[in-house]
Amino acid sequence: MEYLQTKGRIFDIQRYSIHDGTGIRTICFLKGCVLRCKWCCNPESQEYGIQEMMVRGKPKIIGRDVTVAEVMETVEKDRPYYARSGGGLTLSGGESLCQPEFSRDLLHAAKAVGINTAMESMACAKWETIESILPYLDHYLMDIKHMNGDKHRKFTGKSNELMLENARKIAASGRTRLSIRVPVVPTFSDTPEEIRAIAQFADKLPGVEDIYLLPYHRLGQDKYEGLGRTYELPHILPPEQERMQELKRTVEENSGLKCQIGG
Amino acid sequence: MESYYTREIPKTDRIPRLVAHLYAKMPEIESARAKLITESYKATEDKPIVMRRALAFEHILDNIPIIIREEELVVGSTTIAPRGCQTYPEFSYQWLEAEFDTVATRKADPFYIAEQTKKDLLEADAYWEGKTTSELATALMTEETKKAIEHNIFTPGNYFYNGVGHVTVQYEKVLEIGYRGIIAQMQEELEQCNPGDADYCTKSQFLKAAIISCEAVIRYANRYARLAQKEAESCSDAARKQELTQIASNCRRVPAYGAESFFEACQSFWFIQQLLQLESSGHSISPGRFDQYMYPYYKKDLDEGKLTREFAQELIDCIWVKLNDLNKCRDAASAEGFAGYSLFQNLIVGGQNKEGCDVTNDLSFMCITASKHVFLPQPSLSIRVWNKSPHALLLKAADLTRTGIGLPAYYNDEVIIPSLMSRGLTLEDAREYNIIGCVEPQKAGKTEGWHDAAFYNMCRPLELVFSNGWDKGEKISIETGRVEDMSSFEEFYAAYKKQMDYNISLLVNADNAIDVAHATRCPLPYLSCMVDDCIKRGKTVQEGGAVYNFTGPQGFGIANMADSLYAIKKLVFDEKKVTLGEYKRALAMNYGQGFDAVSAGEIVMGILREMENNGVSVEENQIADMIKAVMDMELPEADKKKYEELLGMINEVPKFGNDIEEVDMFARDVAYTYTRPLLQYYNPRGGQFQAGLYPVSANVPLGAQTGATPDGRLAHTPVADGVSPSAGKDVYGPTAAANSVSKLDHGIASNGTLFNQKFHPTALSGEKGLENFVALIRSYFDQKGSHMQFNVVDRETLLDAQAHPEKYGHLVVRVAGYSALFTTLSKSLQDDIIRRTEQGF
Repeated sequence: MEYLQTKGRIFDIQRYSIHDGTGIRTICFLKGCVLRCKWCCNPESQEYGIQEMMVRGKPKIIGRDVTVAEVMETVEKDRPYYARSGGGLTLSGGESLCQPEFSRDLLHAAKAVGINTAMESMACAKWETIESILPYLDHYLMDIKHMNGDKHRKFTGKSNELMLENARKIAASGRTRLSIRVPVVPTFSDTPEEIRAIAQFADKLPGVEDIYLLPYHRLGQDKYEGLGRTYELPHILPPEQERMQELKRTVEENSGLKCQIGG
Repeated sequence: MESYYTREIPKTDRIPRLVAHLYAKMPEIESARAKLITESYKATEDKPIVMRRALAFEHILDNIPIIIREEELVVGSTTIAPRGCQTYPEFSYQWLEAEFDTVATRKADPFYIAEQTKKDLLEADAYWEGKTTSELATALMTEETKKAIEHNIFTPGNYFYNGVGHVTVQYEKVLEIGYRGIIAQMQEELEQCNPGDADYCTKSQFLKAAIISCEAVIRYANRYARLAQKEAESCSDAARKQELTQIASNCRRVPAYGAESFFEACQSFWFIQQLLQLESSGHSISPGRFDQYMYPYYKKDLDEGKLTREFAQELIDCIWVKLNDLNKCRDAASAEGFAGYSLFQNLIVGGQNKEGCDVTNDLSFMCITASKHVFLPQPSLSIRVWNKSPHALLLKAADLTRTGIGLPAYYNDEVIIPSLMSRGLTLEDAREYNIIGCVEPQKAGKTEGWHDAAFYNMCRPLELVFSNGWDKGEKISIETGRVEDMSSFEEFYAAYKKQMDYNISLLVNADNAIDVAHATRCPLPYLSCMVDDCIKRGKTVQEGGAVYNFTGPQGFGIANMADSLYAIKKLVFDEKKVTLGEYKRALAMNYGQGFDAVSAGEIVMGILREMENNGVSVEENQIADMIKAVMDMELPEADKKKYEELLGMINEVPKFGNDIEEVDMFARDVAYTYTRPLLQYYNPRGGQFQAGLYPVSANVPLGAQTGATPDGRLAHTPVADGVSPSAGKDVYGPTAAANSVSKLDHGIASNGTLFNQKFHPTALSGEKGLENFVALIRSYFDQKGSHMQFNVVDRETLLDAQAHPEKYGHLVVRVAGYSALFTTLSKSLQDDIIRRTEQGF
């Protein structure tokens, strides 16, 4: 039971999440990320360091260090809802794999008491790290943002080779359910060609059955100001509903995947 | 293969036309009933009261104008004007006369009233002075009780001004044997009465009165048969002619005899439902388990090929429209408390039979479809949920919920059945429960539950602790000591419990006085012949004729009191950050947030009383100046800062609704200060008092009568709704709020609890949204919550509806235990609905 004492840094626990994974879930947001996506709606997740952010005119401390046991105390509270809905615990971030021991032990703790687990992640980590987590993970919600390495680097700060490679390995391992999630960001990834490329890649991954197209939104914009940062995409608008439908059709025409708009 | 038909049956064109016709104009007050009952009473002064009631009912039914509205299939209207109302001077009338000139323009539930109607009512009302139930009730109450009511500690206004209602009768019996069958039973009972029996006089009078009432109902139906026949003869449209002929045939047969078709059963049901409300002015006359007692007629016709599902659906839809045709004008204060022209006719589907088997059927689904088709507040549709409820039924219900209509309300068999058994119901009866009015469970046809007996404001006794029993310059309660001298939280809490106990005893006195007044002046023979065991016992339900008797007044402000007492415990006694004396001043000064005219008026009233006691007289014209002075008063900066600091500290104290074990268990204990003491009291019908925890919409107007509370709530703002957390204080989402609420003891509040949640439509979108929503309800019920209801609208929609009411004529929201049209609610209630925490995002 040593895993219960592992410490990690989180910035929020959100209950009654119904848009990330199956059923009613509790999301634990881990602090720290390897990427710097320009559209990121949780900019306070990117730095590992504890920060102060202005929220509605008041300073708020973002980030706290907790043990696995402390997180589990909150996760346990909604057990009746998981049981009825097929929900459970979801790790999100940031990139959960930036805190590999904490992520592994938190997932372990949930599995040990019969709670379903999921993780939102770009799989931007060494394969050994990912492999250590797989025994405790029921559902890998993996982001694939773009197939073009250069464009990927330009908008997120890193190229995509490692992530794509890991996606193949995760799928090949057959040890977890893998779903692909694609942020649809105008000027970055909202053309049928770009979405088709991702869909065709995902379609070839063994065991992958579904793909989610997540329309860009601006709900995180104020947080940049709160952190004293500049939002670099101030002029783009969320994709129109018709565009999302068109992209959904593109996925369905070019792959055997089940496609859903939104989480 | 499922044993029921779950597919959506389409709506016919008739239904929207019926709705449009019904809502074309502002509802109107009519005087026919008042005139007729007065005529009758004048002629029967030498007769026993139960007989006078029957003769008056007969006189009304024989003479009241009747009408068949355009395109109706099910007929029977209490007023000529759509959604109109009659008046009931035998209960009270003075308030309406006082409101003659404002009732058409008031904020909540306005009614048009013609000048001639005013004249007619004044003439009729003149007879009733000194003869009403409300006057007798007042005479029966103690002075202390009247004082407590005057100071708004509790409000028994509902039954004080009106009939009781709140009942479900034996619809199935009338459908099966008709009133001819019931009359035969009563005749037989009468024949067995012996003039030498001790109860001969009362029993024989009751039975004769009930027979007269049933005969009158049969004649009333025949008046409709003749009207339909006449209209058929002059009708040039062949299809409508045929319909009218069928209506005439239905009304000739039912409710005199048992129904032989589903169509006849619908018509028979309607006459019962309509005429119960014409006999007395009660509301919450609840159809109950409509899907159960109507099913045999539907099944038989369907099996024999005499009925299509489409036509059955249309008939149900027609009944749903008719349920909105019935209306009632309440006094302005009550209208705020029950806003939305609601009659709370609760109709429930699903659940189990007396053997404990699930009895969901086609009609359970069609009732839900009817609410979707008609999209009006009535009936108050409810659904019983238990471990074996079919998933398909819950999905169908959730699909209705996400339209935003605020229906259905969900009830948990697993809590309600044992709870009813703990009050003496048999297992079989408890399994067959239905809901009355908002949330109150009972066994149909056997219960006089007095379910909505008063609103008890749990915040006011806390104010009395701080004032040591004084209010607005008057001593109105017991003394529990100066708070400045209290040295432990236990001492403070004990004082609160004493103030609660004392005022609960006065509440009981008020209810029992009104109870006796109804039995003495307004026994109801027609209603009583459809409730066991009135016929055998030979007395009305008002006199104790029912098998099960209860009185259920509801407490509200649980969340405010839990948060208040917890804040005092933490800040005053555990952390010693503030003294009770300082708290008391902060409350009196409304935390330095200024006074509105109401608060200023109350403060001045207190000062005036004190001056009066000291022999100082004040000129009338000085009072306005005093009120202005209080409103304009500027607090010293230092005081203001202190109060703001206190509010900041209060804000930091954990609140009920956030799934914090210590706070939630504390709230559970606070709820017991109301639910437990009530159980020791009994009513004149021999039944026990039992608590409900729900406020209807009274949390807004009664909050307006409550000063600042120690949870940081400002003076005269709404108090928390039902057992829900205080608005905006639950910040961890719907599961956390539901977990907190489920930690209250719902079983002991056997008169019902009410938990409201509000969702954005996005939280219920798609198949997955519905599944998760059903799972949420199931999980709350797994944890022994009793009731759940939902508002599904977004904030922007509500704000827009407030700004542009004309665009939102049909925006239905769930207020508290019932749905109402948003635009008909007062501004403050609209604001309260908007403020409730939005769950989902």
